Amino acid sequence: MSQWVINGIRRGIKTTAYPRGTEGAAGVTPGLPDGGQMDAATGAALLERCPTEALSQTDGNVTVDYRRCVHCYRCVRDVERPLDWQQTYEWGAVRDNQIEFGPAFKRSIHVIVVDAGDCGACLNEVKQLNNPYYNMHRLGFFITPTPRHADVMLVVGPVTDYMRFVLHKVYDAMPTPKRVVAVGACAVSGGVFAGSFVCAKRLAEVLPVDVEVPGHPPPPLAILHGLLVAVGRKTPASVLSPPPAAIQADAVKS
Amino acid sequence: MNRTELKEQIERRWPGNARCHFAATGLTCEVSCDRAALPELCGRLFLAWEFSFAGLMVEEGASEWELRYCFYGDGEAGWVHVLVNAPLDQTIFPSIVKFVHAADWHEREAEDLFGLTFEGHPRLGDFVLHDDTWQENVEPMRRHFDPKSAMHHRKSDADWRPRRIVEEPGAFVMPIGPKYSGVTESALFLLETVGEDVIRSVPRLFYKWRAIEKLAEGKTVDQVFLLAERFAATTAFAHGLAFCQAVESICGANVPTRAQVLRVFLAELERLRQHAGAIQEICESTALVVANSQAGILEEDLLRISGELTSHRYLFGLLALGGLLCDLSNDACRKALEQSQQALKHLNELEQRLRLSSSFLDRLEEVGFVALRDANVFGLLGPVARASGLIRDLRRAQPYLGYENFDFDVPSEQEGDGYARLRVLLAEARQSVRIMEQAVAALHSGYIHEPVKLREGAALGWVEAPRGGAFHWVRLTDDGRIARYRIVPPSFANWHGFHLSVEKFAFQDFPIILSTFDLSVAENDR
Repeated sequence: MSQWVINGIRRGIKTTAYPRGTEGAAGVTPGLPDGGQMDAATGAALLERCPTEALSQTDGNVTVDYRRCVHCYRCVRDVERPLDWQQTYEWGAVRDNQIEFGPAFKRSIHVIVVDAGDCGACLNEVKQLNNPYYNMHRLGFFITPTPRHADVMLVVGPVTDYMRFVLHKVYDAMPTPKRVVAVGACAVSGGVFAGSFVCAKRLAEVLPVDVEVPGHPPPPLAILHGLLVAVGRKTPASVLSPPPAAIQADAVKS
Repeated sequence: MNRTELKEQIERRWPGNARCHFAATGLTCEVSCDRAALPELCGRLFLAWEFSFAGLMVEEGASEWELRYCFYGDGEAGWVHVLVNAPLDQTIFPSIVKFVHAADWHEREAEDLFGLTFEGHPRLGDFVLHDDTWQENVEPMRRHFDPKSAMHHRKSDADWRPRRIVEEPGAFVMPIGPKYSGVTESALFLLETVGEDVIRSVPRLFYKWRAIEKLAEGKTVDQVFLLAERFAATTAFAHGLAFCQAVESICGANVPTRAQVLRVFLAELERLRQHAGAIQEICESTALVVANSQAGILEEDLLRISGELTSHRYLFGLLALGGLLCDLSNDACRKALEQSQQALKHLNELEQRLRLSSSFLDRLEEVGFVALRDANVFGLLGPVARASGLIRDLRRAQPYLGYENFDFDVPSEQEGDGYARLRVLLAEARQSVRIMEQAVAALHSGYIHEPVKLREGAALGWVEAPRGGAFHWVRLTDDGRIARYRIVPPSFANWHGFHLSVEKFAFQDFPIILSTFDLSVAENDR
């Protein structure tokens, strides 16, 4: 047994500097495309390639809706003028005006994870939050199997019909105040499964959603950011790129 | 048995009832067969001639049903597709379950989704469409089914209770799920017990059914490729590859050599990562904290290696019909290989330490036992089957992507317990790195993409996914849209046989056995 302890210590500390610092290791995030100014013809060509209508075009600007992006890379690979690609990971966005969770919840939160038809990737990324690289316990986040102890409900997957009932049951069993975090493009916008007759279009159809984490799947750091946003410890990101405010600012300048 | 012998045997045994027809290319033999001869013919293929059952593909044509039972053997034996046709108003077919038990769930699925009846099947109904939620006579895969009316067919039966099978005094059903434990996929397990031991275990699946086969109908190949890649994303590359191979086979496309070698490299990287993930789950289930952390580090390392090489941690957005969407530089591949070798070194060290931890071994050895005979009868696939001594690996049996040019072993064990499954996973991880080394050495400059012209037709694509053989059946219309898309993932077969390993073991062994099976609910529920 002592061998395990010695071995564990020898591997050293692996934990990321995030959220105090930033994480710069390669491969921690798939990144997301960046919208921006572009002439109409090039923009239209990119719009046509996008399978989930995540791109839109308004007078010289291509806007990316992160909620719909499924990382198909069709707007950057095998095209003449690709979009810029950003290696960010702070993707958690607030859906509505958030009411304060209260200071008691800032540093100790119990999270229940419900799989509502997930492909396995989002769930695997949530699972990674418990490995030494991310170690979410250090931030006061704990996974709980029972809704009675849960403050935050984390939902992955495109919400299949069978799981609606389970979602409601879990939600109703949670004590208030409570938060719902939709993780992954499927829970946020239905992703590639949006057209299925047994899937909801988005989790918000079924439950009141507070925080959305886009990405297909969002990397562990993005999910962590979503949780930190839910308890008010990080500022939320925008689901649009460029964010609406930036477009307005540009217009004022010109 | 080679093809000519097969033809002779079949035509001698069933003169007038079965006709053999060889495809122009490839190793497929189509046998058109009478309904009466079907069960026996399939039984002989499966039991006597040692073909494996790949799946039942049901197609509703313009005027008739086509039921296609796919079997495959080693090398020259190739593929045998047994076909039965019948007019659309005839929905009763003979069941082959008596001889081919591996087809059990395939027939249940076809009964639920197409409304077919299989005479002689012991238990139909309550499978994909749960009895407590759906009315009778809903047939979502039929062409006349209107998805918009789906909600009208719903009912909610609060009084529904699972059928109890064990009739012992004091027997009760312990339901686990659909939401259970920490971070787990949704599935319901009905464990029947009289106290400590699990006597019967009935998994109730399809809570995550997204009706992907229905969703794919009428869509373009490009759109359906996204579904193929994303319905079970922990093995996304393997499933995307199986779909691409099916379409490429219909269109007679030639994939450039460089793209093939890169595909092999990426497929093996995915296998290595998925096996590391499975090993982490086993360590977690046995509550070995340091081992769990070490394996967790390894899995994350491999995810980061994939992310650094391809930008996506689960290898999305790389495959394209006729090759790859983007090229990877030789240097990047070499770097990924070196990092993978480093990860493997840590995996080997972990194995050495696990081998000496008695508390760990006690929970795996002689627990969750699956006999070779059972593995055969249930048609188990992948590492689970190979741990019971059932050795059939599609990379060897029916090579694709030029796997025949790679030098590798197919690891296997005889014991069939949890520890044997763990050893197979570890040995396969080593073989994957071995193949990756050869792939990097075989990388020569060249094109990575050949345009594919879509045309009408149907074909089967197969891949040895990390969890076992994956079979994708695709039929294209003349305008290049999907007429029928059928996915038979490895977890579908392995869930079917999972109950074998849990029965007669104690409750506390259940999560451990579940983790050693490395099952994916998403793959099964598709």
